[in-house]
Amino acid sequence: MHHADRRDFLKLAGLAGVTFTAGLFPERQAAAQAGSDFHFVQFSDTHWGYSGPANPDAEHTLEKAVATVNGLSKQPDFIVFTGDLTHTTDDAKERRARMKRFREIVSALSVKNIRFMPGEHDASLDKGEAFKEFFGATHYTFDHKGVHFIVLDNVSDPGAKLGDEQLTWLAADLKQRKTDDRIVVLTHRPLFDLKPDWDWTTADGAKAIELLMPYQNVVVLYGHIHQENHHMTGHIAHHAAKSLIFPLPAPGSQPKRTPLPYDAAMPGLGTRDVAVAEKVSLVELPVTKG
Amino acid sequence: MRRRVVVALLIGSAVGGVARLAAEQPVEIRISAKKFEYHPNKVTAKLGQPLVLVLTSEDRIHGFKMPDFGLRTDIVPGQETRVSLTPDKAGSFSFHCDVFCGDGHEDMEGVLVVEA
Repeated sequence: MHHADRRDFLKLAGLAGVTFTAGLFPERQAAAQAGSDFHFVQFSDTHWGYSGPANPDAEHTLEKAVATVNGLSKQPDFIVFTGDLTHTTDDAKERRARMKRFREIVSALSVKNIRFMPGEHDASLDKGEAFKEFFGATHYTFDHKGVHFIVLDNVSDPGAKLGDEQLTWLAADLKQRKTDDRIVVLTHRPLFDLKPDWDWTTADGAKAIELLMPYQNVVVLYGHIHQENHHMTGHIAHHAAKSLIFPLPAPGSQPKRTPLPYDAAMPGLGTRDVAVAEKVSLVELPVTKG
Repeated sequence: MRRRVVVALLIGSAVGGVARLAAEQPVEIRISAKKFEYHPNKVTAKLGQPLVLVLTSEDRIHGFKMPDFGLRTDIVPGQETRVSLTPDKAGSFSFHCDVFCGDGHEDMEGVLVVEA
């Protein structure tokens, strides 16, 4: 395993973001079929309902991000939300109220093809019951222009497990794939042990990685850790996205995983544009343009 | 002279036996859990001293995970969960709740200090 090289980052002129240019489908030849190129946007960890000093602008940050994405000159084919749509609450009624309001805010997105998945704040206290009422299944697959997307749920079990049933489902789905198919896994927690003593792991994530390992072109996009992180397990790249509520410290950079101090410029918050062609590249989008 | 040596050996043997016995008797450390804290959240032990962590919960299921020693268990209300451990390294080793328990779960942690 190794961390992706920072030299792989290039500033893109004219874009308020940074692109990750390493080929995310390492075995894929530069022979993408004409018309198969597309891009999508990843939102993560919006934590609607959070109130606290880590983000005094919490009531408006999500709306700003929606406006930023609506302002992209080339609209994405679809949008994914990789969990923690809402901030947790013990009150089941309030949980549903937060999900309802969250759904109202993101309904302002110009792109209507949106894929949701839960984070532990949405789903761990009721095993995904409220999430399913508002957003549907917590694990599923879909295909887009030749790319197979697999959404994994590692949060409905409060012990951060995928569970044997979901792993069996994953294995059955992968059996239908060719080993050179392009596969994007979307999930909330890291599937690998990024920082176990900060709970930045999936208890049985190694089993999922083992199932994915025979496939040559696999990328994992996730959230949970509220910051960019790029990591390889063998040939499989794992990319964590920024949050839209508050940034967390780099793994192990401080004794506790407490949020970083608020900065009104919100440098640690944003969404991400994922472009898929013969390679896949990531462009980080700040909350507000400029 | 010979008699003194025998006595000394007997005494030495007895002392060694007591020491081994002490080393083999695990020390119990009780830790209770509730949202969103452990009590106590700092416990101390000696290097090489066998321990039994006696874990209880006052409210709901919590987790106890100490990655440095490969330990994890659920803590279920109404029962004692006993975890055996013999620290083989000195230092401070964190433990945390790994069963999501609400707004504050991320702060539910503690530390085991192992003294050389």
